[in-house]
Amino acid sequence: MQAEQISIFIENKAGRLSDVTGILAEADVNIRALAVADTSDFGVLRLIVDNNAKAEDVLKKSGFTVRKTRVVAVEVNDTPGGLHHILNVLKEAGINVEYMYAFVQQSGNNAIMIFRFDQTEPAIQVLQKKGVTVIDGKTLSTL
Amino acid sequence: MIHNIEYETMPREALESIQLKRLQAVISHVYAAVPFYRKKLEEANILPGDIKSLKDLQRLPFTTKQDLRDNYPFGMFAVPMANVVRIHASSGTTGQPTVVGYTARDIDTWAELMARALSAAGAGRGDIIHNAYGYGLFTGGLGVHYGAEKLGASVIPVSGGNTKRQAIIMRDFKPTILTATPSYTLHLAEAAEEMGISFKNLHFKAGIFGAEPWSEDMRTEIEHKLNMDALDIYGLSEVMGPGVAIECIEAKHGLHIFEDHFIPEIINPETGAVLPYGETGELVFTTITKEAFPILRYRTRDITTLNPDPCICGRTLVRMGKVSGRTDDMLIIRGVNVFPSQIESVLMQVKGVEPHYQLVVDRVDNLDTLTVRVEIGENLFSDEVKKLQELEKQISKDIKETLGVSAKVQLAEPKSIARSEGKAMRVIDNRKI
Repeated sequence: MQAEQISIFIENKAGRLSDVTGILAEADVNIRALAVADTSDFGVLRLIVDNNAKAEDVLKKSGFTVRKTRVVAVEVNDTPGGLHHILNVLKEAGINVEYMYAFVQQSGNNAIMIFRFDQTEPAIQVLQKKGVTVIDGKTLSTL
Repeated sequence: MIHNIEYETMPREALESIQLKRLQAVISHVYAAVPFYRKKLEEANILPGDIKSLKDLQRLPFTTKQDLRDNYPFGMFAVPMANVVRIHASSGTTGQPTVVGYTARDIDTWAELMARALSAAGAGRGDIIHNAYGYGLFTGGLGVHYGAEKLGASVIPVSGGNTKRQAIIMRDFKPTILTATPSYTLHLAEAAEEMGISFKNLHFKAGIFGAEPWSEDMRTEIEHKLNMDALDIYGLSEVMGPGVAIECIEAKHGLHIFEDHFIPEIINPETGAVLPYGETGELVFTTITKEAFPILRYRTRDITTLNPDPCICGRTLVRMGKVSGRTDDMLIIRGVNVFPSQIESVLMQVKGVEPHYQLVVDRVDNLDTLTVRVEIGENLFSDEVKKLQELEKQISKDIKETLGVSAKVQLAEPKSIARSEGKAMRVIDNRKI
């Protein structure tokens, strides 16, 4: 039920982000979701794309440090308290969210959030037990 | 002022005859007392009796930093420990620091030479010397201290650090002579200014600055900002410590080497050939009066020239130019010797680090800063910023513990460090010296 994210190390300097998007565009890879975590001198670019293998390959060939990370895509009710409900379930289970960001596309009427947990499998189990929909990677790329 | 008129203004011929006698004595001494030198001399087919003129010095083999490391800690000492009253050590390079020893007479000689140096800057009895060189294993603090006492001046052993307290002491104790590294001095001046203490209102006449290379531009800046004469001093623990050579306040043009105790040579660092006066090359020293740690033809790796022209101050001692560079890649950062190879060995101990790094040295607010850029490979990369920052902190801590110098660690993209002919550009020194 896990999804795959590509993380890329980028130095904090002008034009680096567009270098990455340029390489992906050239390779005909579509970016489905994106988040940047940054410090004063570097950033980590996190991407969900429609073709991981290709994205990783072309980025590595261009000299980027790339890593694949297991993340979890979760359906969130697009109503007040929707995200809060999910975070509450996780809190009660003692699961820590390392980071999260929003997916561009919706799933039906629900929003989709990408989560990185400190314990991935237990997180998926506890969410499913509480009736939260977890979207697997394959489904995610077809949305 | 000339502290020792007899020796500092001696006619060259008389000086050279004293040098020869002392050189012969030191060679006999090390031949008998230090197995390392005996072996070296035997390999070169030289017996102590073969040294008949100063020119014969050129036949002797060189001594290098590596020789000192190989004989760590006391292998180069020429007297039994019972006669050693002091031990100093230089900041450790890859592996071992170099350790030097002094007999009571060596300490006395050192104090005499340091008194001469202070005197050359115009210091004397009644002067108050603010000594901001570090006290400890480093020779700077204690070297100046003993010289100041020998001279009969009043010395404040303030040592390095605690800048605010230093500024208050300078205001309240009214010192007249400052001894410090030039970069710390400028830092001190700024800190004092922020506290409302202006050097213009202080009582300094002159400052003696050394332990790191500095330029004529920096002299102008210090003299202007701090309202004092700024003089360069030269020394290294392997030869003695501060007080090997000093600029005189009259000329401020080259550092007089106390040749009645040290014989300088300039060599071509590639071939080892001795170069004539005026030519630029590596400075080499032979000590001719030291007892505990005599050294023959020590290669300092400092690049300079020698000038034998008579000086307006009256000293007949040869002058060395300001050190213009080094023959190796050693960096001096806030008085600490740093070799890129040391940083490399620290990095290599961090699991997953690749040997692609670069040292960037800057001078910010007059203090040296060291940034270590490290290329990040897949092994170390994490999608979590927290882990990457922890990695930076860990490397920085390891560097501090191993080298004693603070460094900012900056992760860099692979291949982002410029390589020339496949070899990385290891050091970028942005300091304007």
